[in-house]
Amino acid sequence: MSKIKKITGQPLFLPIFCMLLVMAVNIFYDLGSGRFAFNFFTVSIRNGVLYGRLIDILNRGSEIAILAIGMTLVVSASAGTDISVGSVMSLTASLCCMLLAGYGVASTNTLAVPLIVGVLAGILLACVCGAFNGFLVAYLNVQPMVATLILFSAARAIGLLLCNNLIVYVRNDAFKFFGGYLGFIPTPIVIAAICIAVVSLVLKRTALGMYIQSVGINKDASRIAGLNSEKIIFLCYIVCGLMAGIAGIVASSRISSADSNNIGLNYELDAILAVALGGNSLGGGKFNLAGSIIGAYTIQAITTTLFALGVSSDQAPVYKAIIVIIIVAIQAPPFNAWVKRLSAKKALAKGGA
Amino acid sequence: MKKKILSLLLSMAMVSVLFAGCGGKEDTAPQGDAQQEEQTDDSAGGDTITIGFAQVGHESDWRTASTKSCQDVFSAENGYDLQFVDCDNDSAKQLEAVRNFVEQGVDYIIIDPIVSTGWNTVLTECEDAGIPVIVIDRTIDDSDKYISWVGSNFKTEGLACGEWLKAYAAQKGIEEINALVIEGSTGASATLGRTEGFKEIADREGWNILDSQSGDFTQDGGQEVMESYIKSYEGQFNVVICQNDNEAFGAMDAMKAAGVKYGVDGDVILVSFDACTAGLEYVMSGDINADFECNPLAAPFVEEVIKTLESGGTPEKEVYMEEHWFVNEDIIPSIEVNGESQDMTVVTQDIVDAQY
Repeated sequence: MSKIKKITGQPLFLPIFCMLLVMAVNIFYDLGSGRFAFNFFTVSIRNGVLYGRLIDILNRGSEIAILAIGMTLVVSASAGTDISVGSVMSLTASLCCMLLAGYGVASTNTLAVPLIVGVLAGILLACVCGAFNGFLVAYLNVQPMVATLILFSAARAIGLLLCNNLIVYVRNDAFKFFGGYLGFIPTPIVIAAICIAVVSLVLKRTALGMYIQSVGINKDASRIAGLNSEKIIFLCYIVCGLMAGIAGIVASSRISSADSNNIGLNYELDAILAVALGGNSLGGGKFNLAGSIIGAYTIQAITTTLFALGVSSDQAPVYKAIIVIIIVAIQAPPFNAWVKRLSAKKALAKGGA
Repeated sequence: MKKKILSLLLSMAMVSVLFAGCGGKEDTAPQGDAQQEEQTDDSAGGDTITIGFAQVGHESDWRTASTKSCQDVFSAENGYDLQFVDCDNDSAKQLEAVRNFVEQGVDYIIIDPIVSTGWNTVLTECEDAGIPVIVIDRTIDDSDKYISWVGSNFKTEGLACGEWLKAYAAQKGIEEINALVIEGSTGASATLGRTEGFKEIADREGWNILDSQSGDFTQDGGQEVMESYIKSYEGQFNVVICQNDNEAFGAMDAMKAAGVKYGVDGDVILVSFDACTAGLEYVMSGDINADFECNPLAAPFVEEVIKTLESGGTPEKEVYMEEHWFVNEDIIPSIEVNGESQDMTVVTQDIVDAQY
């Protein structure tokens, strides 16, 4: 009994439980349709690369996972969300592809500038966008949603301007690497893993994680305690922009083009949802990075599962919404309290008898 | 010299009158007015036809080609004065633009409606002002107060795809067709028409459509749907129908990664729609077997309608544009769609260069 309690008491228990629940649906589906029960979970090497639904989830979920890192920090420090990340992804992709192809060129096989220049310029621009958001929020005290609304609407349009209103194709194997394969592993998985590892190491090894939480809990108290609250919030937004930039490069490389209208479309909402599904409060303060990342992969697991079940695409959003409602409800404090009361009553009844 | 100064003064006067007439709405009026008015003055023949064009926006290469087609055909050299407004996918802005055209008293109005309803009032205003309206590409459902609609017949595209596949399968000795469809955005007229047309032939021929999911007309969407298809229907499919080129690019990436051979020498027949330049390049290289065009170049057909009106005739209410069916292999000379024989075009470098 106490062992179970220990496990269920873990902060990450519910997010992981929800993700497994989503994936468990596939076991029943595969059994029902007469296939091997763990068909969904089978990972093999095909054509020299990893192959399987689980790999799809990890691969396709990379962008949201990367965005979720930055979003978690922003939510924690400023008690608000950065809704510009999707548009910043698109802007990053646009600048990168524009530099690689040359201005006004719609399709190219050879790179106009070295790959590293295009990629770094894109990511640098994303950091500048993050700094702009951070400046508005941290130093001018603009509400985060309002401050990031500016780039939410403008960044995509700037991207279109940079690309001269064209979809710029960069059909070059070197550029394709970021969305392709590193050996036999899809590169996006590796990139996401590196981002997660670096950020969590920095948060664990330095006091930054604690600083961010304390600023999120009480900005003024933290300032009085000697923390530079503004600087910490500013830094969080820059990290968020950096992550959006990396995600933008991955998304753009995946389709080897800068499709400004579609790259990162609605990703900001998925990133926010990932933070919420990870059991984090959107009110700021304490955060759990691992939870957000599990949340991100849960979202992708839902999408992949719906594809696997063959749910028609016009109905899929309804099922997605229902699953999200259930997951959020399970994690809601009133629900937890209710479950606790119920088990207490049972224990009482047992004790009474 | 004196003449030039005079014309400049005159055009300045005209522009000021025009702006005064616009009241507070001048921000939707085209910015190139001054220049265009001057040109009108220079030709001064009185036979210049002024056309207002309210375009949807600039969201894709297809749209850009559509805009460029209008700008090329209705140029000053051809005796037209085109007032172009890019409505940025904002239907309120589009209504405003049309009202501005009415106030300016243009001769013809071309609309590519962003939404299909809510047009009756403004079209009535156009009718009262005696300005003929020509609708292109997308449709208007709640009013018939326009002269003509010029656009693609998406169902015919779907039918053509089916008819070609039938002929191709017969030629190659493929007995069973197991098709996977990657649809476009749910509810879009192109999606509905292409799905309906292909399904009609598939039902007639007893083909098996294994699955049909939306890839949202994007490359990423096509790739994700295809990745899932490959796992769900491994080794069961031999045809993949993508409802636009971008989805086809995504599907190609997904199949390449999983080691599925597609295209002319492959195990899977890949068919696409739209036939943009990039799509035709892949048809030429044999990655895509066939590509069915959705012609963005509406302007020549619109000009046809305007000429009919100018000469006092009555144009057809629905004008379907001529479209081409592109293939890689020269083995089927023509197909019969709706009882009409249409030639298949084998893609060469010249055709790729000439495409939008």
